[in-house]
Amino acid sequence: MEGADGPGDARRALGRLVEAVLASRGEANAVFDILAVLQSEDQEEIQEAVHACSRLFGALLARGELFVGQLPSEEMVLTGSRGATRKYKVWMRHRYQSCCNRLGELLAHPSFQVKELALSTLMKFVQLEGEHPLEKPKYEGNYLFPHQLFRLVVGGLLSPEEDRSLLLSQFREYLEHDDIRYHTMQAASDTVARATDGRPEVPLTFWNNAFMLLSSVSLPRQESTLSSFYVKHTELSDKWKVVHLKEHRKAFQQMWLRFLKHQLPLRICKKVLVIMHDSILPHLAQPSLMIDFLTRAYDIGGAVSLLALNGLFILIHKHNLEYPDFYRKLYGLLNPSVFHVKYRARFFHLADLFLSSSHLPAYLVAAFAKRLARLALTAPPEALLMVLPFICNLLRRHPACRVLMHRPRGPELDADPYDPAEEDPAQSRALESSLWELQALQQHYHPEVSKAASAINQTLSVPEVSIAPLLEVTAFEIFERDLKKKGPGSVPLEFIPARGLLGRREDLCAQHFTLS
Amino acid sequence: MGKARSAARGKASAAPAGAWGGRARPNPNPFEVKVNRQKFQVLGRKTRHDVGLPGVSRARALQKRTQTLLKEYKERDKSSVFRDKRFGEYNSSISPEEKMMKRFALEQQRQHEKKSIYNLNEDEELTHYGQSLADIEKHNDIVDSDSDTEDQGVLSAELTATHFGGGGGSLPRKDAQQLGGGEEPHKTRRELIEELIARSKQEKRERQAQREDALELTEKLDQDWKEIQTLLARKTPRSESGGGKEKPKPDAYDMMVRELGFEMKAQPSNRMKTEEELAREEQERLRRLEAERLRRMLGRDEDAHSKRPKHLSADDLNDGFVLDTDDRRLLSYKDGKMNVEEEPSGDASGGENGEEEEEEGEAWSEGVPEDSDSPDGPVDLESDAESEDARERPQGGQHPSPGERLTTGDRAAARAELPYTFAVPESCEELKSLLSGKSMEDQLLVVERIQKCNHPSLAVGNKAKLEKLFGFLLEYIGDLAAGDPPDLGVIDKLVMPLYSLCQMFPESASDAVKFVLRDAMHEMEGTVETTGQAAFPGLDMLIYLKIAGMLFPTSDFWHPVITPALLCLSQLLTKCPVQSLQDVVKGLFVCCVFLDYVSLSQRFIPELINFLAGILHMATPNKQSQGYTLVHPFRALGKNSELLLVSDEEDLATWQRRSLPLQWAGSLKTQTETEANHTRLSCLAVCLALVRRCVLAYGPLPSFHDIAWPLRALLTEHLATHCCPPALQELSRSVLMEMENQPRHYRPLVCEKSKPVPLKLFTPRLVKVLEFGRKQGSTKEEQERRRLIHKHKREFTGAVREIRKDNQFLARMRLSEIMERDAERKRKVKQLFNSLATQEGEWKALKRKKFKK
Repeated sequence: MEGADGPGDARRALGRLVEAVLASRGEANAVFDILAVLQSEDQEEIQEAVHACSRLFGALLARGELFVGQLPSEEMVLTGSRGATRKYKVWMRHRYQSCCNRLGELLAHPSFQVKELALSTLMKFVQLEGEHPLEKPKYEGNYLFPHQLFRLVVGGLLSPEEDRSLLLSQFREYLEHDDIRYHTMQAASDTVARATDGRPEVPLTFWNNAFMLLSSVSLPRQESTLSSFYVKHTELSDKWKVVHLKEHRKAFQQMWLRFLKHQLPLRICKKVLVIMHDSILPHLAQPSLMIDFLTRAYDIGGAVSLLALNGLFILIHKHNLEYPDFYRKLYGLLNPSVFHVKYRARFFHLADLFLSSSHLPAYLVAAFAKRLARLALTAPPEALLMVLPFICNLLRRHPACRVLMHRPRGPELDADPYDPAEEDPAQSRALESSLWELQALQQHYHPEVSKAASAINQTLSVPEVSIAPLLEVTAFEIFERDLKKKGPGSVPLEFIPARGLLGRREDLCAQHFTLS
Repeated sequence: MGKARSAARGKASAAPAGAWGGRARPNPNPFEVKVNRQKFQVLGRKTRHDVGLPGVSRARALQKRTQTLLKEYKERDKSSVFRDKRFGEYNSSISPEEKMMKRFALEQQRQHEKKSIYNLNEDEELTHYGQSLADIEKHNDIVDSDSDTEDQGVLSAELTATHFGGGGGSLPRKDAQQLGGGEEPHKTRRELIEELIARSKQEKRERQAQREDALELTEKLDQDWKEIQTLLARKTPRSESGGGKEKPKPDAYDMMVRELGFEMKAQPSNRMKTEEELAREEQERLRRLEAERLRRMLGRDEDAHSKRPKHLSADDLNDGFVLDTDDRRLLSYKDGKMNVEEEPSGDASGGENGEEEEEEGEAWSEGVPEDSDSPDGPVDLESDAESEDARERPQGGQHPSPGERLTTGDRAAARAELPYTFAVPESCEELKSLLSGKSMEDQLLVVERIQKCNHPSLAVGNKAKLEKLFGFLLEYIGDLAAGDPPDLGVIDKLVMPLYSLCQMFPESASDAVKFVLRDAMHEMEGTVETTGQAAFPGLDMLIYLKIAGMLFPTSDFWHPVITPALLCLSQLLTKCPVQSLQDVVKGLFVCCVFLDYVSLSQRFIPELINFLAGILHMATPNKQSQGYTLVHPFRALGKNSELLLVSDEEDLATWQRRSLPLQWAGSLKTQTETEANHTRLSCLAVCLALVRRCVLAYGPLPSFHDIAWPLRALLTEHLATHCCPPALQELSRSVLMEMENQPRHYRPLVCEKSKPVPLKLFTPRLVKVLEFGRKQGSTKEEQERRRLIHKHKREFTGAVREIRKDNQFLARMRLSEIMERDAERKRKVKQLFNSLATQEGEWKALKRKKFKK
């Protein structure tokens, strides 16, 4: 191996060594040379060595030249007086073991190519080992899978040190196979469960990696025979757990529960909540088990609460969850920042769903309408365009709340009876108030907002306005729309001639700023 | 009544029937009249078939059939067809003359072809008036018809008539007929007379036309002469008298009278308007514009814009003037000396002046700078530009040659280097190269001259070029603003040409501003998408927004430029977190612009209140007692939450309130701690002033106290800390006072009364029947369809009946033919039998005779 000058030479030398080992058992010691190269610092050399190992052990696994069964320690076998073949096999199995360990270490290699290569080699070994199991089957048709090796792979993927998102996206290809997915879920739940063992502080990268891996596991929606296996089996037995979707679901649920029982960082929490309703809850064996996590998240407040709402909604709606004071909490969620967060559209979509029932008490709806109107006083135009029709829809659904916009012969008041600080919608006295906020917003600078706010001047039309298309509207879209809109005639012009940048005396700019 | 009408109708229809039948029948035979009896008398119905003449119509139909169908039937076995092969006989698109020409040409061709095959030597036959020339030569002694022309010249209708013994004019033809009645060439004679008459008439007409032509010519000549005469009269009255010497010399009195009579009256001109009138007009104009603005502000024209007159620019600046009140002038030279400008003489023939100016302009655009020192043009041009009093306008008529032009003074020298004519730059780089390195005045001058030299009235393409110039100027301004330090002085001045260009080309100007805004927003949107927030844009963007507010009316309910600009401002206030003192300055400037935009319309801006609250929060030290919530770009606690807090007592004491320089928004130089503290306090002062402005503006809003609630909480907190100069404390106290003083009236909302929906009525709907006999109550198309269906049905039944009758007629004809044939045969058979019988008889008789013998 010392004579290797360039990569070409190295490859040829390694190739020769592999050929030699495969050709005769007498040359078996050449394996050490190959494994030595695997320890090299040079990236090229490592890659060559990995290739060589892959070929070598792949061939050996296929030939069955590795020891099968509980592996005895090396010294014991070598000193013992058993057959040479057995000695050779045990010895070779130990080399294979060290090779796998080294490959597991290489998953943390700084170069991505090496990582990727190591991963694919390991997965190849997993496949071959699955076909030619290295342990004795306990009975006929026993399902065997290289758990140990696979756990090594998953452990390497869930590194606490560095971000493995690229490698994980590579790994996602394997997750399409049912058996790999099942065992990944098992291995991941083990790894995640042991994450905080003996460690007070788990780094964020670990949670990121774990979330990445967990979120990339997606179960099939409907019950079908799970047959796309990574490890080729001649025939599938019905007794195997891997074949049943129910088992998959159990594993999936266990994995997520073990993950979510930890004190997760807020960002991860948000990410989980974002995918909760869509890709987690439908696959759980018992979705109601998520209630702990969701209520905890709902109590955190702010954006997390908004996100938890979606999961809670599904539990309430589909799984008969009783949630005390739900509307009161929802009412509490309405604060000025609700118009500025990223999940505004989702929140208002859900709020629309929650408030769509016509059996809600009038005081509750009135409190919501009044609260929203109050918040609208600080909202940007894109949010206003959505929330004003929202309020009008509330009033349409609940005719009892129309007093908010139409109270003939009411006494003139000195102050708004509505109490914004009150947490209980029942105590907020919203029904005694009027939507003066909307009247103020009729003076809004944007014409469309002004028009939308003017809707309360007339009796509301009967059909509701669908707010679905308004939910995702951004300010930029409104801007583009305004730019494209054509006026009826020519562009009106200012008739007071300009006298300079700060020319007009009465301008605020001229009063507070100078040119130099 | 029915009977009377039927009688009249019968009479009317009988006349043609009589004509057909060949018998004149004054009254129809009552037995032939069939009367269709009406069951009911319907008022207003027009009956068309109440009376019929079946016999007559049957006879007519029969005759028609014998003429057409029978003929066809009889010719059914004949296959030869007569075909008219004359050229263009049935082609109506060719006029008869043309047809004749073509026919002639064809004939000639045919003859030529036929002859030339065999006749090698002979050319085509030459003809004159259709007769062979050879023939004419042969009969040379034939009486020439032209020889009569002399007589015919004087022959007129009366003459002819009298000649032929005609008495009354009413019967000339009869007389002629009578005259030639007994003679042998009856026809030819009559023709001859007619020809004579026609010819004489034609000749008379020709003579008349000639006379008219002559008259016209003389008139024209007279007119021409008159024109020249006036010239002659002014210059050399003698020659005129010489020209008209044959006329009697008019006496002086007459001439005087004529002159006075024909003298052009002085045109009544517009009276010079007095100062008050001008002022009133101006006021009126402003009032009208303001009313228009108000209407747009309230957004009432949304549906009524159809009848809205086209918006005229405020100072209808199609004349290319920048500012009508601008009194700047350009220098001019006379004989190498700077001329002192006197009061420009406004009465010096305005129209001519304009023309000259145009000519000048053209000359310049051709790129001849030397021409520019001709009398009026440059001065007029430059009279707008900034100049000194110590310049004089050159006198008209005296052209100082270009070589003599000298310069006095450095500034003048610098200016003199500027050419007087510029092409419009084709790109922004060109404009930049044109303007870079020049002083402020020179840059202005260059822009102004570009504008003048390429006024749209001077050449066709100038409009498009100047439209582009607006965009380039805008870009140039952006570059100036982005520079370090920003050249605000030039921008300040360049606003005026921008304004005038905008007045000239509103559409392109608005497009250019929109483009700039879209660019900036697009960029911001990109950064917001990736990072979730954006930094405050550079000074150029702020300047653009400010300029947009100066070019377009900001108070409109909806405006194609201002509405997007408002959104742009709102985005700046909501998406850009304040991270430095410079951001504060920028933000406050944006707030000022925003408030200026809505200064007239007093519209509500939630973002602005949020922003001001955020700024106040930054200046408030005590974070514990929060009675308010901050929204998005601001955080209650964090890195920048105490950005504007000043704790240095000394700085507090030494601070003087002053305006913020706009440059700081562009690049805030590193300041000492004291300066920075002073800046902070100034920002705070501006912020408080803006709060005050908001309080004044939004005080009347119904939920003002809810809007201003966070501001009030912050201000009270701020006051409680006593950490700002007394002036600011005073200011915030007064703002608080004003807030408190705003009325708290919460009048319950009441919907506007809408028009009640009318109840459904069950009285029958009455439809006005306009025409009888027509189906009502359907659409026009349906009616038309029904009408067509009905017509088709009627036509169809009519056609079927006609066919049936045709068949009957034919059958009858066939039958009569057969009968005829049979009768003939019977007759012939009988004849044969007869002859045979006689033969037999004879034979028998002979036999008997023989027997007897």
